[in-house]
Amino acid sequence: MNRKSLFLLTLVAAFALLLAACAGGAPAPAAGGEESAQAPAAGEAAAAEGGAQEVVIGFTASQTGKYNVESDRQTTGLQMWMDDVNNAGGITLGDGTVLTFKAVSYDDESNKDRVQELYTRLATEDNADFLISPYSSGLTAAAAVIAEQYGKPMITTGAASDATYKQGYTQVYQAYTPASRYLTSAVDMLTALDPEAKKIAIVYENSKFSTGVAEAAQAYAQEKGYDVVLFEGYDPDTKDFNAFINKIEAAKPDAIMGGGHFQDGSTFARQLNEKGVDVKAVTLLVAPPEPTFAELGDAALGVTGPSQWEPAAKYSEEAAQEAGLEWFGPSSDEFTSAYESAKGEAPSYHAAGGYAAGLLLQKAIQDADSVDPAKVKEALDNLDVMIFFGHEKFDTSEESHGLQVGHDMIIIQWQKDDSGNLVKQVVWPPAGATADPIYPIP
Amino acid sequence: MGEVLITSALDGLLIGVIYGLAAMGLTLIFGVMDVINLAHGPLIAVGMFGVYLLFTFLGINPFVALLIMAVIGLLLGFFIYFVAVNRVIDAPPLSSLLSTFSVNMMIIGVGTALLTTSSYNVEYSLGSFEFGFFRVPGARLMAALAALVVTGLLYLFMYRTRPGKYIRAVADNRASAELMGIPSTRILALAFGIGVMLAVVAGGLIATILPINILAGGSFELKSFVIVVLGGLGNPLGALFGGLILGLIEGLVPVVMKTTWVPVIEYALFVLILLVRPQGLMGAKK
Repeated sequence: MNRKSLFLLTLVAAFALLLAACAGGAPAPAAGGEESAQAPAAGEAAAAEGGAQEVVIGFTASQTGKYNVESDRQTTGLQMWMDDVNNAGGITLGDGTVLTFKAVSYDDESNKDRVQELYTRLATEDNADFLISPYSSGLTAAAAVIAEQYGKPMITTGAASDATYKQGYTQVYQAYTPASRYLTSAVDMLTALDPEAKKIAIVYENSKFSTGVAEAAQAYAQEKGYDVVLFEGYDPDTKDFNAFINKIEAAKPDAIMGGGHFQDGSTFARQLNEKGVDVKAVTLLVAPPEPTFAELGDAALGVTGPSQWEPAAKYSEEAAQEAGLEWFGPSSDEFTSAYESAKGEAPSYHAAGGYAAGLLLQKAIQDADSVDPAKVKEALDNLDVMIFFGHEKFDTSEESHGLQVGHDMIIIQWQKDDSGNLVKQVVWPPAGATADPIYPIP
Repeated sequence: MGEVLITSALDGLLIGVIYGLAAMGLTLIFGVMDVINLAHGPLIAVGMFGVYLLFTFLGINPFVALLIMAVIGLLLGFFIYFVAVNRVIDAPPLSSLLSTFSVNMMIIGVGTALLTTSSYNVEYSLGSFEFGFFRVPGARLMAALAALVVTGLLYLFMYRTRPGKYIRAVADNRASAELMGIPSTRILALAFGIGVMLAVVAGGLIATILPINILAGGSFELKSFVIVVLGGLGNPLGALFGGLILGLIEGLVPVVMKTTWVPVIEYALFVLILLVRPQGLMGAKK
């Protein structure tokens, strides 16, 4: 063994390290299997005579690029809302004007710079009356600047990050539950299920989204009097959680909360099960609501996860009455079956979010009885309604205007049906629940 | 605290044996022919997917599939040796680095095209065993045992059989070995084949316990470099030893500090060993 080969080996190891680092940073491929983007057909202008008006809704869709799948679904949902309204004859205002809607949209290529160019175009050349956000927090942040600049009210969907609503904007309204509240429902549920439980371990993927969620959950849990016995991140590439799980076991938590994305979350759940960790509740981000989570078999049983929306959620007029809220639009069942018959698959929450964004705008226009942006904005500020997507209400404070404060994450849990198959049940909030939570998990 | 330390240490040792096996292929090839096989990681991935495909589509028990993959690995090793290594074996080291790196890129390219970079799981469970407070998944225990058996067989082969002795002779001094009538090219091919076989087998074992993807071999290749330096370059038994140390670090460090410190400590150790004991803890090949 000579010096030269040692040096070479070191060099190679360093190079391999670099390669591995680069590979780690490469974007994951989209989850495939989706039909390609369909260009949204422009809403047919209803040729109603006298007082008919066409309202232009502008948005971009990621027909190409990494957000293609989710964005497609979101656009499909939005388009479905528009078709529903237009097919029903549009909205009739107090003065007899009949409003119909027309979509103007472009492909943003999942690219921020394109988003800014295109939203500027939508606001100036296409004279969009209202805007809907693109998919994802990043693209929405770029679009929000333009909406604000041109004073066009924008409903955002598919964008959970809190940051966009803390910039002092006044025209941007968030339909999704913000990231900071992804796990707070899980803490609330634990409080309701077991007042004796006091210890929570929060373990999360070291990524921007999960870290933000975990930090907010920690603050919330501590505020509620919980002892956060472990608060620690793990590398996004982690495949072997055994050492980590030993550490969790040593902290003896009642509940484990955290996770990150699908891959790490499902591996973590599998290894928790293999090690037979004795906890009463496990709540993970992103992974559990995915249908493929059921492939874990027994390891999936009892695992809970927050989701923006689920087809099974029972939001309905009755639920709204019980909660003392105004109800608007189709029920969750109606939306789901309409979507299924149109698309041949169950709607994901991305699609539901697209429909919900349109519905919120419609509600605001009806409340304002006008399409004047200032009046619609005022109506959005005052909105407090339950729709099939859940409760919707916006923050009107100066520091976080437009932030969603009504919508709660629903929590799903994998349970077994009578024939022993794993099924996803909505267990929280009680207004949308389809089954009682299993607690403690077996 | 005591229980956690023991559990974590045992968990670490179990995975460490497999790390050691993965590194053994790398160190064997380096020890015999001074070639750093940059296709090591992708070859580990070949083992992972071989076992995955045989198990998932043909229903073959993963440990039987491992035997099939061992044979395939050996043949693949011969093939790679004659196509990519033999011609550059006497050229400056950069040539063999580049040629094995090309093999790396080819395997990754084909694998990504066929399998994407998504993760897969070998849905195989052996339940779990409990030893007092220590609970271990059966598949992990089996994988560790299998790795020990393979290591034992490698030693029997190297020290008790004629081809094994030839390999050691060629590693020691190729020119003299040739003068003694040892067909060095064939022996080099055999050594390379065995090195690849070890990588493939390690990959197959990993597939039984952890999720896999086509790039997953990379992190084991990286660990292998650290292990090889820890244990001593070109010393297969040292690799096992280095693997156990790495496993212990991964098991025990998280007990006392944040998990994210594990790679920092591993690579700090790597640099430290290179500085103060470049021949490795167990001594390098002379």
